[in-house]
Amino acid sequence: MAENNISAPIPSGQAWYDNIFLLLVVGIVVPTIIYTVWGLIEVMNVPPLPLAP
Amino acid sequence: MADFKYRTCTLSGMKIEQGSANLIKWNVIAALATLAVGGLMAFLVALTRWPSIHFLSLTNYYRFLTLHGVDALLAWIIFFEMALVYFASSVLLGTRVRAAWISWISFALMLIGGALINTIVLMGRADVLFTSYVPLKGDPLYYLGIILFAVGALIGFIMFFVNIYYAKKEGAYKRTLPLGAFGIAAASIIGVFTLLHGAGIFIPTFLWSADIISYVDPSAYRLVFWGLGHASQQINVCAMVAVWYMTSAFVVGGKPVNEKLSRTAFILYILFINLASEHHLLVDPVLSTWHKIVNTSYMMHLAVLASMIHAFAIPASMEVALRKQGHTRGLFEWLKRAPWGNPAFSAAAISILLFGFLGGITGVIFGTEQFSIIRHNTFAITGHFHGTVVAGTTVAFMGFTYLILKYIFARELIWKGFASIQPYLYGAGVAMLSIGMMSAGTFGVPRRHYDISFSGALFNHTFDPMVDIFLGMMGIGAILSVTGGILFIAIGFGSMIWGKKIE
Repeated sequence: MAENNISAPIPSGQAWYDNIFLLLVVGIVVPTIIYTVWGLIEVMNVPPLPLAP
Repeated sequence: MADFKYRTCTLSGMKIEQGSANLIKWNVIAALATLAVGGLMAFLVALTRWPSIHFLSLTNYYRFLTLHGVDALLAWIIFFEMALVYFASSVLLGTRVRAAWISWISFALMLIGGALINTIVLMGRADVLFTSYVPLKGDPLYYLGIILFAVGALIGFIMFFVNIYYAKKEGAYKRTLPLGAFGIAAASIIGVFTLLHGAGIFIPTFLWSADIISYVDPSAYRLVFWGLGHASQQINVCAMVAVWYMTSAFVVGGKPVNEKLSRTAFILYILFINLASEHHLLVDPVLSTWHKIVNTSYMMHLAVLASMIHAFAIPASMEVALRKQGHTRGLFEWLKRAPWGNPAFSAAAISILLFGFLGGITGVIFGTEQFSIIRHNTFAITGHFHGTVVAGTTVAFMGFTYLILKYIFARELIWKGFASIQPYLYGAGVAMLSIGMMSAGTFGVPRRHYDISFSGALFNHTFDPMVDIFLGMMGIGAILSVTGGILFIAIGFGSMIWGKKIE
């Protein structure tokens, strides 16, 4: 695996990509909100089945 | 200060620290052992779904199907991914695993959890299948086993980030992570999401099974469970793609044609691939159409775009590397001269081909809401995920095992002739198995079902006679792939023990 030793400044896009910890946070938050949290809100809002008389 | 011993691999030139290598070795050993058990269970289950044989009893069928799911789908693959995590965060960067004792605790938890699950299932106290949907209840120790395994794996993925942090701090890499390590970083991010969901749903289910709490909402269970159940397959996809890039680099010297594009594709995986969990809920009446469409029909296709990018980028990297070696005659001399006899290369090539055409395309089709309604819970879905997890991930990991045996175990392969045909045999078998399942599923054959002749049922139902041909095809495919699997396990363990030492 090649190591790039160019001394030029790192482009901002690459710096963002290389911030593994930022990617970790974003990678957990985005699907958690869109899939899990939104889904759980919908599950909680399903009215309970009425009891038989 | 502890003294860390490094050696330089004579084949790859990589600097390998002894303690890190031991972690990789033991995770590979555990992976191979669980694959052997999961593969045996697969064989027995496949023989039972083949109507001409219908091998197992009713009880043993569901028991062994549960064990097959846990060992082949979770244990083999996650143990191997742990090996990849340590490989990418230490060997690939020329550094070592930090606080290795924590990684050993992670390994021990996974081992204890896996052993507990296997024991409880074989004792017949958790015939709940891989999904274990509540209110179907298993023994509390079964759920405890899954929690221990998941927590162990979570610690392993977290250790990846710890290793990367120290590697960066100490200048093991300067500007950017190598692409292979970046791919494993993406897999680890997906892994953390996945295992948090696993803990989130199995801890309350464990408490419920032990009668400590009275109720777990089945809809909430399904939603959060698939944040584990399907997302764990997305760790596989991401790790498999990273393995393809690394195999291309190690075997033919391949470099991505456009590394920015390949990295962008991994970012798309990180952000969107886990939303594909929604596939399992497309026919669930509880969730809204908006939730289903946004997750699958919109966002998830951004992850599909990423797979399309990889599907072109990796073969292109191989082509460019082989052309640079002088194989430039005509359009396809590079393809003809590729190292097809090297099982690491052939396994990666077979995995790319089968994953794309069997697993990937069918996944996109079956994951569409309209198609899901037609195909959901048919054998076609089982065929799809054997196209992804087995024909894709397992074949790719088998190929990378051959490299790890040389680089990390420092052993020559035994039975080189058998090793060179093993990926073809296994790949052909799994392709037949997957196509047989999908074809039978299109005729409405249900997944998981013990007896599709419905003997003893009040109402008769007979499937189109073509179904017997497709299920026979599945059975023959199972025999071929199990033969290839036995060869792989024998070559793997045999090489560790009897393989000629590479100095």
